[in-house]
Amino acid sequence: MPTRDANAGFDAQRRVFLGTVAGGAVTAGVGLPLSSMAEVRSPAVDAAPHAVPVNDVKFRVNGTEQHLRVDARTTLLDALREDLHLTGVKKGCDRGQCGACTVIVDGRRINSCLTLAVMHEGATITTVEGLASSGQPSALQSAFLEHDGFQCGYCTPGQLCSATALLDEVRRNEASALTPDIARTTRVDLSDAEIRERMSGNICRCGAYPNIVAAIRKTASET
Amino acid sequence: MLPLTYSRPSDVRAALAAASTQDTYFIGGGTNLLDLMKAGVEKARTLVDVNHLGLDRIERASDGGVRIGAGVRNTDAANHAMIRADYPLLSQAFLAGASAQLRNMATVGGNLMQRTRCDYFVDTAYEHCNKRKPGSGCAALEGFNKLHAIIGYSDACVAVNPSDMNVALVALDAVINVEGPNGTRRIPITEFHRLPGEHPEIDTTLKHGELITSIDLPKSTATRNAHYLKLRERGSYAFALVSVAVALTMLDHRIDSARIALGGVAHKPWFAEKASASLAGKGKDAIDYAAVAALAVDDAKALSQNGYKIPLAKNAVERALRTAVEAA
Amino acid sequence: MNAVGQPLTRVDGLDKVMGKTRYAADYDASKMTYAWLVQSTIAKGRIASIDTSRATALRGVLLVMTYTNAPKLPPSAQQANPPGERALSLLQDANVRYNGEPVAVVIAESLEQARHGAELVAIEYAPESPTINFENAQSSAYTPTKLTNGKPDASWGDPDAAFASAAVKHDAVYTTPMESHNPMEPHATMAVWDGDRLTVYDSTQGVSGTKNAIAKKLGIEPDKVHVISPYVGGGFGCKGSAWSHVLLAAMAARQIRRPVRLAMERTQMFGPVGYRPRTQQHIALAANRDGKLVAIKHDVISTTSTFEDWAESSAVVTRMLYACPNVSTTHKLVKLNLGTPTFQRAPGESTGTFALEVAMDELAVALDLDPIELRLRNYADKEPESGKPFSSKKLPECYADAAKRFGWSRRSPQTRSMRDGDKLIGWGMATATYPANRMPTKARVRINADGTALVQCGTQDIGTGTYTILAQVASDALGLPTERIKVEVGDSSLPAAPVSGGSMSAASATPAVQSAAQQARDMLIAMAIADAASPLHGVLGSDVETSDGWVCSKSDGAKREPFAAVLARAGGKPIEGNGEAKPSDDMKKQFAMHSFGAVFAEVEIDEPLGQMRVRRIVGTYDAGTILNAKTARSQFIGGIVWGVGMAMMEHTRVDEGSGRVLNNNLAQYHVPVNADIIDIDVAWVDGNDQIFNPLGARGIGEIGITGVPAAIANAVYHATGKRLRDLPITPDALLKA
Repeated sequence: MPTRDANAGFDAQRRVFLGTVAGGAVTAGVGLPLSSMAEVRSPAVDAAPHAVPVNDVKFRVNGTEQHLRVDARTTLLDALREDLHLTGVKKGCDRGQCGACTVIVDGRRINSCLTLAVMHEGATITTVEGLASSGQPSALQSAFLEHDGFQCGYCTPGQLCSATALLDEVRRNEASALTPDIARTTRVDLSDAEIRERMSGNICRCGAYPNIVAAIRKTASET
Repeated sequence: MLPLTYSRPSDVRAALAAASTQDTYFIGGGTNLLDLMKAGVEKARTLVDVNHLGLDRIERASDGGVRIGAGVRNTDAANHAMIRADYPLLSQAFLAGASAQLRNMATVGGNLMQRTRCDYFVDTAYEHCNKRKPGSGCAALEGFNKLHAIIGYSDACVAVNPSDMNVALVALDAVINVEGPNGTRRIPITEFHRLPGEHPEIDTTLKHGELITSIDLPKSTATRNAHYLKLRERGSYAFALVSVAVALTMLDHRIDSARIALGGVAHKPWFAEKASASLAGKGKDAIDYAAVAALAVDDAKALSQNGYKIPLAKNAVERALRTAVEAA
Repeated sequence: MNAVGQPLTRVDGLDKVMGKTRYAADYDASKMTYAWLVQSTIAKGRIASIDTSRATALRGVLLVMTYTNAPKLPPSAQQANPPGERALSLLQDANVRYNGEPVAVVIAESLEQARHGAELVAIEYAPESPTINFENAQSSAYTPTKLTNGKPDASWGDPDAAFASAAVKHDAVYTTPMESHNPMEPHATMAVWDGDRLTVYDSTQGVSGTKNAIAKKLGIEPDKVHVISPYVGGGFGCKGSAWSHVLLAAMAARQIRRPVRLAMERTQMFGPVGYRPRTQQHIALAANRDGKLVAIKHDVISTTSTFEDWAESSAVVTRMLYACPNVSTTHKLVKLNLGTPTFQRAPGESTGTFALEVAMDELAVALDLDPIELRLRNYADKEPESGKPFSSKKLPECYADAAKRFGWSRRSPQTRSMRDGDKLIGWGMATATYPANRMPTKARVRINADGTALVQCGTQDIGTGTYTILAQVASDALGLPTERIKVEVGDSSLPAAPVSGGSMSAASATPAVQSAAQQARDMLIAMAIADAASPLHGVLGSDVETSDGWVCSKSDGAKREPFAAVLARAGGKPIEGNGEAKPSDDMKKQFAMHSFGAVFAEVEIDEPLGQMRVRRIVGTYDAGTILNAKTARSQFIGGIVWGVGMAMMEHTRVDEGSGRVLNNNLAQYHVPVNADIIDIDVAWVDGNDQIFNPLGARGIGEIGITGVPAAIANAVYHATGKRLRDLPITPDALLKA
């Protein structure tokens, strides 16, 4: 069970034990950080009087069951990045204003920066690292690559999670601000304008929007 | 952010019991609360997670209306068959707000509690914000107020309510159901949010320890002839400069009753009462759109930088009303 | 077929879509700690007292560094030499010079603890009255000693006399607001000390510049500093300098003897890491009745901090764009209590083309001339200021091509004359331009024993496609497919290259890589010819080529062998070419070198509601050889998207009372979202600027933004008859009451 130093100084030993249990599975397939997860960070020198409340939470990330002990303040974003080392998930604004941290939780795209890890007991979470299957990029990932749907690549994990969920939303015929006559329309016609509106929660400062739209259009037309 | 104690009760009673102290907050979607906690504006020490209280249902009420559980996500409310069919105005308002990701997280109860986006409020570095620090003054009054209120403000606060949903709820004459230590209350939407007066630190008439459990919408009579119009500085994912919700009950070609509400203009979603009343009984072809729109903003008074909002709101009312009247 | 020019998919793209690419804050280190910046909440004054006891007592907090306990740095720490070295805030004294200035750093075991600790640092200030208001401060405007790209003032002829006697005149003031870069990746750095050696994982546009800046400010030898930045999540200029947080992380890491990661929060970036300064530009144009310019005056005032001069060089474009016998251009600065501004995508040209190209549109109206025709009548066939010929200039072709694709001939010139339903439609155009820059660059190309190649160059890929174009250039020079070439950039231990700024990385690095690759290939060919066991033994060098990883005889196709075979017989040691490329002094003396373009915009305006949409942008560019058609198109589009943002929404708003940025977040600092970008159509004219660079390529990172705000503003005028000279053009300005 990976944990960070919510209470560095007295639970370091537990971290070693727990980290050893879950570490290998967690980091398989992702860029391994320089330090291994099981490694102990040095305890704080002085012990403060009050311990920070920690909570245990279990959820499934990219197909792997994870047990975490986290500072209750830890956002889902920080838990994914700092505890599970899924650094594909990106922090752009930490306030739900850019979409870089978008992940899919129980089939819905959300901003992982504006939710706490402890709130997701039992959830099924997919990050960009989980979009591929058997190491092969998904159709959307391939389309982003082909259509140059990014430049710096920093917003890309969020764009991809968002677009993946978008295609499901379209399959469910969920409405958008552009849906004409919302009371009577039952099917989504995924025009470029619809894609643009539905992807507006993911900012791309490099301005790859037309290419992102092209990639989603292509994927939508083939699936 | 302060160290937090977190609990996850499984029924309303337990949630209420857990929310005894001042620094205890209910957390639903968290999209506004966590934002403000990170900014140091909200100083929660205890969070009570209200996502597991069974408040996530949308049900038909016995009077033909609809009850939306407070924990329903904005996306789910917007897409629910009953809402889309009977209250398309509300769906429109939901979908005009935020982003798909945020709508997937935010609850309707939380949306009611959304706090202002006034720059002076959300950044604790500013000394003068009566809403954040009662008695400290209002920096926006003489400072940056281009995005601020034109109606119903006081010298103590010129901030606006940022919600889209709230504006539609006013037009739909919703009622908010709350439950507290002393039982349940029903609060009409127009009485739920407050004008700032001398106490801008208090956004709503909800009391500490009370929990919003649901929103009731009366039986829909304004399904077709309704419209939500949002004006903003970019194409999507931005708060309204001005928004308008219009709900008309039409009988043949005559307006039986009308409710017009405005967003982005006041500390609360603004019910344009006189303008609404002026429409009652009007034949479709006898509507003086400009006059109705002028009535909607006749109480408006600009601050130093937001004079544009008065004509903008007026034109928006005129446009939204016309769209609602002409809807087939 | 040459790899250069092909629309090759980004070679680093698969990792990016798989989420495997690591940026600065994605690195971890053994015993790493988390830093959180504390920033001032006043704009001017002193720290009267700073109480760190509550923060220090917090569990997990390891260090609270303030001016009272920060290590004292050598005097060299105060120097500024942009882009790399800037005047920083390194906790050396109690002074506060702008709101948001770093005043402390909290280091803790966890991010949550560091953030909480930062909230507990209690600071009392002795505030002084800051200078924030631009209008009030204008009387103190002064001429800086230099611009980053030229002299502050330049003039020729007698513009005042020519203006006074001219037949047609236009005189107006244009303003552009303070803007913030807001790359998606916030600034982040991790400092790791090993004895007296420092490794920094940083998000930087210049690994060498950052290395040198760190060394100088800390007073250590540059070779003790190693900067690693293989991927950067966007920079746009703000990551061209080593800002305070980079040094503070290094200082703290040295003090606690553990690695420190300092990832700035978005809200912390509005002040200490640069911005585009506000400009006020006075332009006076005078012309003959036939539309020939007889005078241009362009006077610019921009803002800077109280502790470092940095000027937005908006009038530099006026020195090179139109032929005119009487021109004066000046730049002045006003000091405000704000952070220091910096390079932001097309610094000078973005703001300058807005003012100049709107002014030209106004002159065209005054002359009743088509705006393209006015520009053609004032076409400069040599650089007006210097009189030098252009190395290559195909601007007329750009006007013609973009106008044709846009359908400009169908424009009805009268304002308010084009409509779509209730919406007003406006068409406008402007000229785009950006200088062609390059700097000395080194590169190394190694052919490995297995026949693959490694390209190493200390340049950066900030999303620009550097990895990909270097692979393409090396591919052609080596005769090896790009799939078998690995490129390494973004590391200060690699052969030195300049900052990725000024649109110069491609033009600087590609000739160095080409030269290194050619050397390596020539060595390989020489080895094969000299080797009795090779089928190419004794073949004339001029008859040997490399292709697809083979060394082959041109005249006898049977004589050939793979790269690996040549190397295997020689013991399997890799061979290495070391290239260096620099622009010649002669070239600079003899030629003016710039890229050009023409950009057209269509806007749709719902006047009663003040709502505008940019329906279409069409741009055609003359940027020399296009190295990769796919990534180049993306980069032009990206620049245009920035232009749309600049035209319609971007504005860093400063509170007049406190000097603090009001919209210090992405909810209120608006950049374009997907819904704002509807149809962008870019093309380029065939070009190959051999005078500038052996590959004929000029940079394309910045030209895309230039001209776009003017084209949109001109379209707004055409749609509404309203001439808007102040950016951004927001609904309140468009609204017809």
